[in-house]
Amino acid sequence: MVQWTDFERATIQDIFSKIDYDIVGPAALSRCLIVYPWTQRYFGSFGNLYNAAAITSNPKVAAHGKVVLAGLEKAVKNMDDIKTTYSDLSVLHSEKLHVDPDNFNLLADCLTIVVASQMGKAFSGDVQAAFQKFVAVVVASLRKQYH
Amino acid sequence: MSLTDKDKAAVKALWARISKGADAIGADALARLLVVYPQTKTYFAHWPDLNPGSAPVVKHGKKIMGGVAQAVTKIDDLSSGLLELSELHAFKLRVDPANFKLLAQCLQVVIASMFPNDFTPEAHVALDKFLSNVALALSERYR
Repeated sequence: MVQWTDFERATIQDIFSKIDYDIVGPAALSRCLIVYPWTQRYFGSFGNLYNAAAITSNPKVAAHGKVVLAGLEKAVKNMDDIKTTYSDLSVLHSEKLHVDPDNFNLLADCLTIVVASQMGKAFSGDVQAAFQKFVAVVVASLRKQYH
Repeated sequence: MSLTDKDKAAVKALWARISKGADAIGADALARLLVVYPQTKTYFAHWPDLNPGSAPVVKHGKKIMGGVAQAVTKIDDLSSGLLELSELHAFKLRVDPANFKLLAQCLQVVIASMFPNDFTPEAHVALDKFLSNVALALSERYR
């Protein structure tokens, strides 16, 4: 089981209580599609992803960004058993969506960058470490049901 | 993933906006590296103080950014432009090249936190490509 320090727990709860999911979700997903364009392979049905401007203004990308953040909130609310919480999501990503799990790290990086830009100085080294640990646990849990 | 003319222009434009804060960026990025990826502390066991804001961390952060600045000026030919730095890292420092990626990530987090309006997705992809190419050039002389 993952051991969280008091600081890590408090930091994660604090970050997710402060960020606007409707901004952060779409920003992180669109950034991922722009910075790591091969991730677009999973979004063939989303229409126009031809350039950064199109991706940023694409309503399906924005909507899906919110879905992703809503999924993350489950982990925030169940920090002591993210693995079980994400069991079905893991199966979904593996068996239905066929997402290469290395892509989870790419989205995680973009999420970190977006949260850093939102929080500015408040995103200190210690906060970053806590956030990246949380995100690493999420990614590992999403990988769990890949066989 | 080599740098297009568009990438080079984007990197130079971003650098122009952030270079005044280079020392602070370097110090913060290095401090962060040591905190977020504690295994990197193994390269600095000879320093008396590895905490953020300490003299060796600040000084070394500045040095690293000097290298980044040099890379920006040599953006058209990073492998020859960074040859000496590559030899330093390969033969003397012997830093495992996996760590270049970690420092690149910390640099981007710092830039995002200090310059959120400038670090647009377009600037981000160009900088990410640039730092990957810098890492490659630094690894050039390793074997």
